[in-house]
Amino acid sequence: MATRQIGDVILEVQNISLSFGGVKALTDISFNVKEHEIRAIIGPNGAGKSSMLNCINGVYTPQSGSITFRGQTFSHMNSRQVAKMGIARTFQNLALFKGMSVIDNIMTGRNLHIRSNILLQALRWGPAEREEIIHREKVEHIIDFLEIQAHRKIPVGQLPYGLQKRVDLARALAMEPQVLLLDEPMAGMNVEEKQDMCRFIMDVKDEFGTTIVLIEHDMGVVMDISDRVVVLDYGKKIGDGSPEEVRTNDEVIQAYLGTSH
Amino acid sequence: MSSPSQLSADQLHQATFPRLLLEHARVRPAYPAYREKYLGIWQTESWSEAAIKVRELACGLASKGFTRGMTLGIIGDNRPRLYQAMLAAHALGGTPVPLYQDAVATEMTYVLQDAEIGFAFAEDQEQVDKLLEIADNLPALHHIFYLDPRGMRAYDDKRLCLIDDLLNQGRAYNQSQPKFFDTQVALGKSSDVSVILYTSGTTGKPKGVCQTHASMIGAGRGACEVDALSPADGVMAYLPMAWVGDFLFSMAQCLASGFTVNCPEARETVSTDMKEIGPTYYFAPPRVYEGLLTSVTIRMEDAGRIKRQMFDFFMQVAGRCGAELLDGKAVSVGQQILYFLGNLLVYGPLRNNLGMSNIRVAYTAGEAIGPDLFRFYRSIGVNLKQLYGQTETCAYVCIQRDGQVKYDSVGKPSPGVEVKIGQNSEVLVRGVSMMDHYYKNDAATEEAFDADGYFRTGDAGVIDNDGDLRIIDRAKDVSTLANGKVFAPKYIENKLKFFSYIKEAVVFGSGRETISAFVNIDLEAVGNWAERRNIAYSGYVDLAGNQAVAELISSCIEKMNKELSKEIMLGHAQISKFLVLHKELDPDDDELTRTRKVRRGFVESKYAPLVSAIYSGLPEQFIATQVRFEDGREGVVSATLKVHDVPTFSNSEDC
Repeated sequence: MATRQIGDVILEVQNISLSFGGVKALTDISFNVKEHEIRAIIGPNGAGKSSMLNCINGVYTPQSGSITFRGQTFSHMNSRQVAKMGIARTFQNLALFKGMSVIDNIMTGRNLHIRSNILLQALRWGPAEREEIIHREKVEHIIDFLEIQAHRKIPVGQLPYGLQKRVDLARALAMEPQVLLLDEPMAGMNVEEKQDMCRFIMDVKDEFGTTIVLIEHDMGVVMDISDRVVVLDYGKKIGDGSPEEVRTNDEVIQAYLGTSH
Repeated sequence: MSSPSQLSADQLHQATFPRLLLEHARVRPAYPAYREKYLGIWQTESWSEAAIKVRELACGLASKGFTRGMTLGIIGDNRPRLYQAMLAAHALGGTPVPLYQDAVATEMTYVLQDAEIGFAFAEDQEQVDKLLEIADNLPALHHIFYLDPRGMRAYDDKRLCLIDDLLNQGRAYNQSQPKFFDTQVALGKSSDVSVILYTSGTTGKPKGVCQTHASMIGAGRGACEVDALSPADGVMAYLPMAWVGDFLFSMAQCLASGFTVNCPEARETVSTDMKEIGPTYYFAPPRVYEGLLTSVTIRMEDAGRIKRQMFDFFMQVAGRCGAELLDGKAVSVGQQILYFLGNLLVYGPLRNNLGMSNIRVAYTAGEAIGPDLFRFYRSIGVNLKQLYGQTETCAYVCIQRDGQVKYDSVGKPSPGVEVKIGQNSEVLVRGVSMMDHYYKNDAATEEAFDADGYFRTGDAGVIDNDGDLRIIDRAKDVSTLANGKVFAPKYIENKLKFFSYIKEAVVFGSGRETISAFVNIDLEAVGNWAERRNIAYSGYVDLAGNQAVAELISSCIEKMNKELSKEIMLGHAQISKFLVLHKELDPDDDELTRTRKVRRGFVESKYAPLVSAIYSGLPEQFIATQVRFEDGREGVVSATLKVHDVPTFSNSEDC
């Protein structure tokens, strides 16, 4: 039932290596992401999954290797530039503004799109007001999409964890990204919240045509919704392919089930 | 099919829903008919706009093959388009059949099959999925129109059609045949069935109650007359569309009086939407009023000392004279001044917070309402009243008039309705709002009416000295204890449920020596109570099994026993043993009906080991229960439940 056909490679990671002092977080990792696909990165704890996302969106600078996005190759990414090119992300440990309302948090996702200067914005006058209305409408569409109408004006810190995750996703969507990096979107959720989140992720792909790269621990979720899966273990890539291929890969099974200790 | 000119003038002037709609569009075209919040902003649709939408929907439906006598399924939350779809079906001489939107797919199968539904409106992907899931069992279903395109991109089922496309098709059809719609409306008769509402069915299969345009409009007009409802009023439409009350309020009364129907943004936003819209007219089952009061109480308990004291003081003032002031009775000047101050400092802001600042009339029905609860709302200046009725009577049998309001009765018969008490103190009703028949079920129809044409309500009631009807229980549920004394389980259950800590209660005792109860705690209220006492718990099961919680519930029941002991009729009916159930009773597990009424017999057989443990004097009992989750998967919840004793009091009657 795929309506968005999976397209060409949009993001390519080539031979990325990253180390912190003597700790090798990533060793010679290469994989690609195609347009309109859901690409999962899985692996046991400490496998280097979050480090991989951090390299892609410019938080970490890898020692070697390159990243190609829409034909442009970079040896390292700069986070602001990444955001401008259309890559957004959510965080494993939620990086929301706890004291601000849901609306305001999501509006911060529009930051890069706002043109009027800070003084006009502060006065909310003339063009700044007109601009804010346009951005608010976009944000309202996202609120409607993620079904958080009831929480618009509530400070994020007061919301339950599952909803905060949704607000985090909403803020990333407000950037209107081409590629969305999701770092454990379902961590700490109950079954029902996970199902909701799965549905939202699928809908984001279908409705907005966003390409999605996600890190997830829940195997059921990964196998259900992703088109292709990369498996990392101790900073090395040990598997890459469709969920079915990965599931039957001996090295992957070993990494997950382990050998006797 | 006869042409309109052949119909008698009398028939032409009969009231039907589409004719009322066109009349409003003519008399007050710019007045708001429907409001709905979209993208955070309230969107208003005037009567003339609503009439155009209905015309387009009707023409669209006709172009798809919908003709007279057909049924139209309606599944979704309260949306202006769904109400308009019902009116479109009326215009074409069809009958809408609203379904409960939160029912699981398999529960919908029976109704969809029984009503032979070929055309259906589904609000969104969730509802479409349900219909497609059971589509194999619904060979008649050929057209599904959906309102929200979200997530529907991937569907290529030929039966599906987006409502915008239907409207476009209708517009084109209307342009090519501009007279079609009016001709169809002219063909409508007020004796046509205006809606089939399926009863939730405490026993057996649901029955389709057929109400004509005449009975529904009659009921709507009567209620408008009692409370002088006008186009300036506004109501919040948030209760299930499949429920008779919503049809009465949001369709019949709306079209009878021309007031505005406000649809909330989402199910969870009703309270914020209430605050923004400030309806003048409001309806809710007691459960909703109770939930609002519980949340107020919890917030007050968490408030600072000064605020809390101010609240307590002025609530006492309100308790003394608020309801009397509302009834226009004489109150001393000192009390009046205090109440005025209280209104400035507490009641006004509180009403505003509840979204009830503009409420002129508020109703409750469906279940008995607690005296404290009822008095609370009236004392803060909300004109809360009760009405009584069932699906078969358009929820229009008795209605309380201003100035004659009592918590323990449901008021005098509504205009155009006669009430009498039959055998077994059963309430019998005759008049304008009676149903026409049960759909395709003549046997049941015959059984429902007695020889004089009175409808048997199945409720046990008495008419008091003021001529007001008081409902005690279901006629068939009233039985006796082993000692021959009257046992009305619902009467006791309702008393238990009036405690904010108790969400649901099931009482046993028919034919037994003593009375015992199963209790469901209210997770919000008890959870808050536990938090303030540093009682840790992981979830419902854990909290329900807590010893301190059992003591809390025990003290509630003891209090109730004490109050009961003072009553004349039912003073002997005190609870001696109870247990706190390890799971919440749930409609998904068939323990409650969709309208959240307890299926006592089912609960008794499902939890038979617990009942026998209570009556054989065991201190505790292990039980494992099947539960069905929202996604349809099943699981087992198990726990060892303790049986608790409660002291009873000697009955004043016995002394």
